[in-house]
Amino acid sequence: MKMVKNAAGRMVPDEINGREAMPFKGVGKHRPSGRKYAPPVPTCIDYPEDNNKVVASLREALELCGLKDGMTISTHHHLRDGDLVSNQIFEIAASMSVRDLVWLPSASFPCNDPVIEYLENGTVNHIEGSMNGPLGRFVSEGRMKGMAVLRSHGGRVQAIQDGEVKIDIAVLAAPAADAFGNAKGIGGPSATGVLGYAKADCLYADKVIVVTDNLVDLPCFPMEIEGNYVDYVVVVDKIGIPEKIVSGTTQITKSPDRLLIAELTASFLEKSGLMHDGATMQAGAGGTSLAIAVYVHEMLRKKGWKFRFGFGGSTKYMVEMLEEGQMGYILDAQAFDLDAVKSIEKNPNHIPYPVFNAYNYHSKGNLTTMMDIMILGATEIDTDFNGNVVTHSDGLLLHGIGGWQNCLHARNVIIPVPLFRDRIPVIVDRVTTLCGPGELIDVIVTERGIAINPRRQDLIESVRGKGLPLVTIEELQETAERICGKPEKAAFDDKVVAAIKWVDGTVIDAVRKVKN
Amino acid sequence: MKQAVTGNAGPKVRSDIEVTLELTDSGGTELILKSKVKTMYGNAIEKQCRDLLKHFGIKNARLLVNDTGALPFVIAARVEAAVKALTGTSVSFLPEMINENKYASSRDRFRFSRLYLPGNNPGMFLNAGLHSPDGIILDLEDSVAPDKKDEARVLVRNALRSVNFCGAERMIRINQGERGIADLDYLIPHNVHLVLIPKCENAETVNKVDETIRNIKKREGQHETVFLMPIIESAAGVERAYEIATATPDVIALAIGLEDYTADLGVQRTREGNESLYARSRIVVAAKAAGIQPIDSVFSDVGDMEGLLNNVRSSKAMGFEGMGCIHPRQIAVIREGFSPSAEEIDKARKIVLAYRDALARGLGVVALGSKMIDPPVVARAEKTISLAVKLGLLSDKWSEEEVTE
Repeated sequence: MKMVKNAAGRMVPDEINGREAMPFKGVGKHRPSGRKYAPPVPTCIDYPEDNNKVVASLREALELCGLKDGMTISTHHHLRDGDLVSNQIFEIAASMSVRDLVWLPSASFPCNDPVIEYLENGTVNHIEGSMNGPLGRFVSEGRMKGMAVLRSHGGRVQAIQDGEVKIDIAVLAAPAADAFGNAKGIGGPSATGVLGYAKADCLYADKVIVVTDNLVDLPCFPMEIEGNYVDYVVVVDKIGIPEKIVSGTTQITKSPDRLLIAELTASFLEKSGLMHDGATMQAGAGGTSLAIAVYVHEMLRKKGWKFRFGFGGSTKYMVEMLEEGQMGYILDAQAFDLDAVKSIEKNPNHIPYPVFNAYNYHSKGNLTTMMDIMILGATEIDTDFNGNVVTHSDGLLLHGIGGWQNCLHARNVIIPVPLFRDRIPVIVDRVTTLCGPGELIDVIVTERGIAINPRRQDLIESVRGKGLPLVTIEELQETAERICGKPEKAAFDDKVVAAIKWVDGTVIDAVRKVKN
Repeated sequence: MKQAVTGNAGPKVRSDIEVTLELTDSGGTELILKSKVKTMYGNAIEKQCRDLLKHFGIKNARLLVNDTGALPFVIAARVEAAVKALTGTSVSFLPEMINENKYASSRDRFRFSRLYLPGNNPGMFLNAGLHSPDGIILDLEDSVAPDKKDEARVLVRNALRSVNFCGAERMIRINQGERGIADLDYLIPHNVHLVLIPKCENAETVNKVDETIRNIKKREGQHETVFLMPIIESAAGVERAYEIATATPDVIALAIGLEDYTADLGVQRTREGNESLYARSRIVVAAKAAGIQPIDSVFSDVGDMEGLLNNVRSSKAMGFEGMGCIHPRQIAVIREGFSPSAEEIDKARKIVLAYRDALARGLGVVALGSKMIDPPVVARAEKTISLAVKLGLLSDKWSEEEVTE
């Protein structure tokens, strides 16, 4: 393995876990070739005529799938911090003395911290997915055997489709399933609302196991996972802890400072003209984003406007727009709270929409470029508007990319962030880890001013003289440094512990082991 | 071994630092640093602490630092307070007075909203000015625990120099009695615009504060007036409201504090406020008679914005010209409540235009439609117009602009 400089000027490995890797070439520069990956051709000969695929246990299903050393196991994250299935896979694998597995989750949560044990004892070689909290620290300290690979939600399905990563066994938890393997996110004690992250796994995995705690009569309709792709169905007592799957209600921030940022963002959206009748918008489930959604909803009501559609993760606040007539449709890959789950169940205009369709860059177009207004977060933004979402300024890997990179392709990307958190500047001279190139980031809204990317003269013109506190990104960075003092950079060893993929599968940056 | 602990720590504390200082006989200075931001600022914090100890002439000490992301002005205040607690030194370490803080106030500026900031909670200082209150109050009195009074004074002094309060009037609420007088000594040299005198019951208290400030200003060569806002919080204070309001020309507002007032009366503070109706009216009348601003008490339910707006409206109707706030989200509501409404502005505009028209035509009587307008009505309309212009609700060229109905 050698390190090469990519088009963003970052040093990245040309090889990841023994496979060749392509350095980032620039936004929209890499053109894929060849054909999509395909799993082996199955035949009905191998499946029971009554189509009852239920087996006694997850262990039996894994054995029947031929679980062995070095395999790649995929899971989705719809059960979030209430996931009772994923860790079991590795517990079973360890008891079977299987080694060097690769785990490909669509995201991981604190409840997955026990996987550290299986990383330490060799059952799991490495993780390709998000790494939060203790898992992130474990990787940053150089303790994972293989190299971590971080991909966006869209990058994950692109990698699966293109065959960059081959799933041997997909273990897909499902809140409702029938014996044939049709499954959905609504119904049962562990409802997730949608299963928008499972589609690519179904299409491309060699073997698919559906795990449910709610076996229903055939057909389980409307199915998001189709039984034709499923090998085995496992029925367990509980797939998840309901209150940790979705929150009762998502909470708007109470912090006056965050609310100030949300107000400024809403004011920018109004004065710039980005808000208009028929616009499309996506905002996350963070406290500040939710507050923005509430202000925006109020604006729509006053003006008598309606969003054409919004893309989820959905929350109560989007559902309110839908129900009160300020949003035409919610297209949804995941539901964050109970109101959203209920809405999917009852409202025909709240439509499950897989990430595979919404975010895949190697696709015949996708949803991201249709979004007018995109509200995102970041741990760091630099004076070239580059963004970091995976590491903190101390160098530790602490977050996944989520849909962030994919969402950067929206028409107007707006990032509301505090100028500094405690003493740590968010606007810096150079991001610790590059996750998204500055050319795709348009507006930074902080409590101490709004910086618009000079590449977007149209946006600058649209708000000139309208009373918004416009500043340059350099001024923001200087202000942060003047208040906080100049921060020292984190010190790293040479060892690369994680590769950060761009939406097209190229490597945009690498994360190194932290010193000490 | 004598030990001093200053600052705050704990699971919910952010942007602060807890300093434990022990003076030793030999061995130089030992520093143990625990910090949330060690990677980025560990070296800077260590250097700052060592430089500070040197500044105070401490050669041998053990310093334990537990940092949750404190800014340099906070670190300096905590170390200085610890040294002072052990040595009683009169030496200070003054952080740079930033240029943004060198502005003056004026007697007749608006004081609709003034935001209380507990004097020993530095995390709340940083963004206070961004919420655009008319004034910020760095409070040394009721919001600071008795054993934290000394360190809060140092912290507030440093904040007055280092934190950009974005043009808000810079106010302090001092303690009662001798401690309050000592507070002035610490803070007046650092561009304090206004001093709130708590639980004020007579003119002597005001005069003592005034005299102390004059002496400090003389000593420091300061010229700007430091305004005074006595807070009436007792029956005795209410009885002497006019005497207090006119104690010195530097008293520019009279405030009422209802928590203590109702306690003094031995009654519950209710939402309707009948128990304090007399006191509030008395304060308004005394202040107006003295030609100064009457300021209402805070509204303590920070979650109830509708209740707050109703409260502000009734305050305004009684004649108050401002009230305190204890949460930044109250500021906009208070401003809205005290600002003239669109209808009020419109009516005032018509009256003033009719008056000017009558003057131009040499008429002795002003009429709007079939209604005669008395001079005090015109005066009130002029006040509303000037308020609206100052608040940016009306263009200063309003009289030349077309009236759009």
